[in-house]
This record gives sequence, C-alpha cells and structure tokens, in this order.
Amino acid sequence: MSGHSYDAEKYWKANLRLIFGSLIVWALVSYGFAIILRPMLAGIPIGGTDLGFWFAQQGSILTFIGLIFHYAWRMNRLDKQFGVDEE
Amino acid sequence: MSQFGINIMFVGGSFLIYILIAIWAKAGSTKDFYVAGGGVHPITNGMAIGADWMSAASFISMAGIIAAGGYASSAYLMGWTGGYVLLAMLLAPYLRKFGKFTVPEFIGDRFYSKNARLVAVICLIVASVTYVIGQMAGAGVAFSRFLEVDSTTGLIIAAIVVFIYSVLGGMKGITYTQVAQYVVLIIAYTIPAVFISLQLTGNPIPALGLFSTHIDSGMPILDKLNQVITDVGFNEYTADVDSHLNMVLFTLTLMIGTAGLPHVIIRFFTVPKVADARWSAGWALVFIALLYLTAPAVASMARLNLMTTIYPDGTAAEPIEYDNRPQWVKEWEVTGLIKFVDKNEDGRIQLYNDTPSFQAEADARGWEGNELDVNRDILVLANPEIANLPGWVIGLIAAGGLAAALSTAAGLLLAISSAISHDLIKGSINPSITEKGELMAARISMAVAIVVATYLGANPPGFAAQVVALAFGIAAASLFPTLMMGIFSKRINNTGAIAGMLCGLAFTLTYIFVYKGWFFIPGTANLADTPANWVLGISPLSIGAIGALVNFAVAFAVSNATEEPPVEIQELVESVRYPRGAGQAQDH
Repeated sequence: MSGHSYDAEKYWKANLRLIFGSLIVWALVSYGFAIILRPMLAGIPIGGTDLGFWFAQQGSILTFIGLIFHYAWRMNRLDKQFGVDEE
Repeated sequence: MSQFGINIMFVGGSFLIYILIAIWAKAGSTKDFYVAGGGVHPITNGMAIGADWMSAASFISMAGIIAAGGYASSAYLMGWTGGYVLLAMLLAPYLRKFGKFTVPEFIGDRFYSKNARLVAVICLIVASVTYVIGQMAGAGVAFSRFLEVDSTTGLIIAAIVVFIYSVLGGMKGITYTQVAQYVVLIIAYTIPAVFISLQLTGNPIPALGLFSTHIDSGMPILDKLNQVITDVGFNEYTADVDSHLNMVLFTLTLMIGTAGLPHVIIRFFTVPKVADARWSAGWALVFIALLYLTAPAVASMARLNLMTTIYPDGTAAEPIEYDNRPQWVKEWEVTGLIKFVDKNEDGRIQLYNDTPSFQAEADARGWEGNELDVNRDILVLANPEIANLPGWVIGLIAAGGLAAALSTAAGLLLAISSAISHDLIKGSINPSITEKGELMAARISMAVAIVVATYLGANPPGFAAQVVALAFGIAAASLFPTLMMGIFSKRINNTGAIAGMLCGLAFTLTYIFVYKGWFFIPGTANLADTPANWVLGISPLSIGAIGALVNFAVAFAVSNATEEPPVEIQELVESVRYPRGAGQAQDH
C-alpha cells in the first residue's frame, strides 16, 4: 500500500465525493421528501394519501438499500482501479 | 391440540434448534468468541445483523407505536434503517480494516489514550445495559402470555437459554443462532400480516396492501382508517406533525444512534474482507427492510381491525357490548394489558379520544370517558387472534417475538462482556492475561451481565420508554462522532476526542434529565415534559443529534488549540482508509 502517493489521495477524494453524493440523496428522501418537503408533495396522490407519506413509511427505506449497494459496488470497483483492494 | 400445547411446541422447538447450533459452533479461541473467527459470509452476516438489530422493540413494539402515532411515528422507520447508510459509508469498512475486536479498542488506539478507551467502555456499557433491560422485559411479556407462566419464571427460562448459547458459543455460536432466529422472526412476522392484508385488501403483499382499496368499504384503506378514527375524535392517521424540526432531529438521533450502537458495529468485524463489510451492510438492510416495510401495513390494518371490533356496525352506531367482547380481549385482560372500565355503566365499550374538542359529541352520545385502555405492545402479539387466524400462527408469533428479544439480548451481552474482558481486564487491569484466561473472563463477565439483565428485566426501574432515549442519545452523542472523526480527520487528538465525548454526553444527559428526572428518579425533573417547555420544540428524545454536534464542535475546537497527533497515529488513520492488507480481525 502506498499511503502517501498521489493515487492514494485521489482514491480517498473519490471515496469522499461518493459519500457526499450518497448522503445528499439520503437526506433528500428522508428529511426532504418525507418531512420538510411533504406539504409540497401533497398534491401527488398515492393509495389514499400523498407521496410524502409513502416516502416516510416505505420510499426512504427502499432508497437506503439502493444507496448502500450502489456505494459498495462503486467502492469495490474503485479499490481495484487504484490497486488498494485486498488480494 | 390445545393452544398452550402448540405454543410449547413452537417455542420449545425453536429453542432446541438454537442450542444445537451453539453446540455445533462452540468457540475455541478468543477470536472465535469475539469475532466468530472472522470468516462469516456477508449474506450470513447480514442476516445475523438483521436479527441482532431487530429487537423486541422492532418486533413487538414498533407496529404498536406506528398504529398509535400514524405518520408522526415514521421517524422510527426511517431512523432505524437510515443509520445503516451511515454505517456502510462512514464506519464499517474502516473499522473492519483496523481489524481489532472491540469498539473501545479502536478509540483507545486511535486517540492513543487509555482514558479515551475507558470513557468509551463506560458509554458502551451504559448504552448496552439500558438496551438489554428492554429485551429481557419484552421476553418476559411474551412468555407470560404464551406459556401461561408468570413473567419472572418466563424471564428465567429465557435467561437460561441465552446463557447456554452465548456463553458456550460466543460470537460464533451467536452468529449462527441469529441466522436461525432471523428466519423464525421474519416468518412469524410476515405470515399473519399476509393473511390480514388478504382479508382487508385482497393483496397478498402487506406493503402494497397498505396503499390498496379496503374491500368492505371500497375506499383506499388509509382513507377508511382516517375516517373511522376521526369519527371518534382521534387525529387523522396520515396527518402532518406540528414541528418538522423535532421530527427531523428525532429521525437524525435514531439514525446516528443506530450507527453508533456497539453491538451492531462489532458484527462488521466478523467478515473476512473490507469489501464484505460494505456488502454486509446492504444485505443487513435488505433483511431488516423485509420487516420494516411490513410493519406500517401491520400497524394501520391492526388499528382498523381494532376499531371494527369495537364498532361492528360503524362508528355512528353503538359500540360492542362488553359481554359480547371477543375471546382475545378476554385473554389479554388476564395479563392486565387490556383494561376496561364501564364509566357510564351502559354495558358497552366506548373507545374514543377523550379531548376537549370531542367533548360535545361525547356528551351528546352519553359517553363519560374512554373506557378501553389497550397497551400498545400487545398489538403484534394479539394480531393473529384479532384477525381470527389459526392456532399455529399464534404459536409462531410467540416463537418469533422470543427470537427477536433473545437474539438482540445475546448480541448486547457479547458487546458488554467483550468490553469488560478485553478492554477493561486485558486492556488495563491485567495485560499479561493468557488467551485461556481472557476467554474465561469473557464467559464469566457474560454470565454476570445475564444475571444483572435478568434482575433488571424482572424489576424494570419503571422507565422502560425513557431508557431507549438514553441508549440512543448516548450512542449518538458519544460513540458515533468520535469513531467518525477518528477515521475522517487526522487532526483530532486525544484531548479533543475525550473533551468531545464528555461534552456531548454531558449535554445530552442534562437535557434528558431536566425533563425526565435526574437519573430518572421520579419527582426530580426541573421542567414538565411537554412541548411547550422544550427548547425550540425539541423533545428530550431528539436531543442526541444536537449532542453529536456538540461533540464534533468541541473536539475540533480543542484539537486545533492543542498539538496534533503523533506521526504514527496519522499513519494509522491513513492505513484504515485503504482496504489493502486488511487481513483478519486480530488481537494486537
């Protein structure tokens, strides 16, 4: 492992970017759509209630699963790309 | 076969499986005991995390909380799942790379300080012990109802079973037992939900049934529910909350707290590779979501079923006569978890919301107060009986509730015993202890922890609901920020970390104690625990998120004012960021 090389730094920056992007989506579906922005989504009906309610009780959980698998897939690929994966 | 016989068969049969697994997976080394030899497949581990995480609170209480709170209780659904995103990206892979046995061990090494390790041990023990009390109490409730014994006897049976498989097998036994427990609990939770969803909506998938049409009324089921409960004075099920800020902070506290709970974190030390730690978090959430997507459907359908039971001819007509109450009401009345008082002495059960705004209508109908008090915790356990499902489903629910309580109790006990034997005894008191001696110490401390937890479960200190706030508040305000800064910052030093943990903890505890009583001693609260008294409308349950902010801020300020960590520590931080060379979890 080359802890101080230019590549290692690039790897870490790519990881941080990916985390940052994922956490924006994470916050948007839960704190955004499900809570703060719920009144704005009130016009979109879904099965007797509104889209915000769906995000609060189901949508956010499904998004979280997608986010983690996406992150795992991208990071495991980045590991290989930068040669920092485990043999 | 009697219902009692069926219950014994399901519960006894599942216990037998757990014990056989423990004998098969007996721990031979400290590594087996603490991290299951470090060779658990990510899907297996995900399932074990699912059982570890989904406790009596998730299985027994959560649907009841949602049924009562409706939309407002969504914070639990999002909070207890969203934490896995934080775990997967901010903690799990790096702590796996670090490759030690316990959470305090990382804090002690990263902040090159025995005191930091000690503070972490204390936070871990307080958070885990408060959490385990709830599990043991939950197991007691399930036992007393289904095995028809008093709850203390039930608790002692539960304690003996946990004792056998966790003391014998350690993490290795617990991991494989938890896989079996996950299977039992998810089947037990799903089957009644499918039946009820079919009965009410015709849709076999409860999560979809929640947004489908109610067969009897032809309305969407949530509309029907809103209508029925507003008729008797309750708020709409889907109504928005008064304070968005409070809901956001409560959700955030639960998320950060989830990510900071040590018994979940140590599960990530059991997989062979860093890449597996990432996959594990994803699989764990898939297995958790199977229950969490079903729970809101169970909640709304059970609430509707309860209303239909009490008002068989609609809310405009008279409610049911007490003498005609269904069998399940009679059975739960015996446990004291359903109480009926005929306030207006008309022989009927009036269930409604006793608020000033409904007073006029109550007077007009000759109602003199709500007469039925249903404990929220019985909702899931009574669900099959409410829906008239066959006896084996009730036996299954009993086995599932116990699986949920016992698997979490075992995980917590392991976290506590490893903190005592590895961090306290080997880490400070007697560093020269042999592996055999340490294993013995781990088993003894686990036995002691089980005895203490059983005692507290039998004599709960009377603040069951508050302890949850405490456990999550502590994990959110102390452990999570410190772990995260240890990985993402090279600048945070020993002084900063300790100051941050202590300030975050002190701030959170103070805010909780001001409203809930100092050390929960009744009568010592400084302010009444009502929204009007809360600072900015933030409830004591939601304060952990602010406590985490305090921790971050203090740690940064103090670290920047003092000298930076030594070079070897900065290299340690550097090394946890790159997966290469992880090897297996090991001791020093």
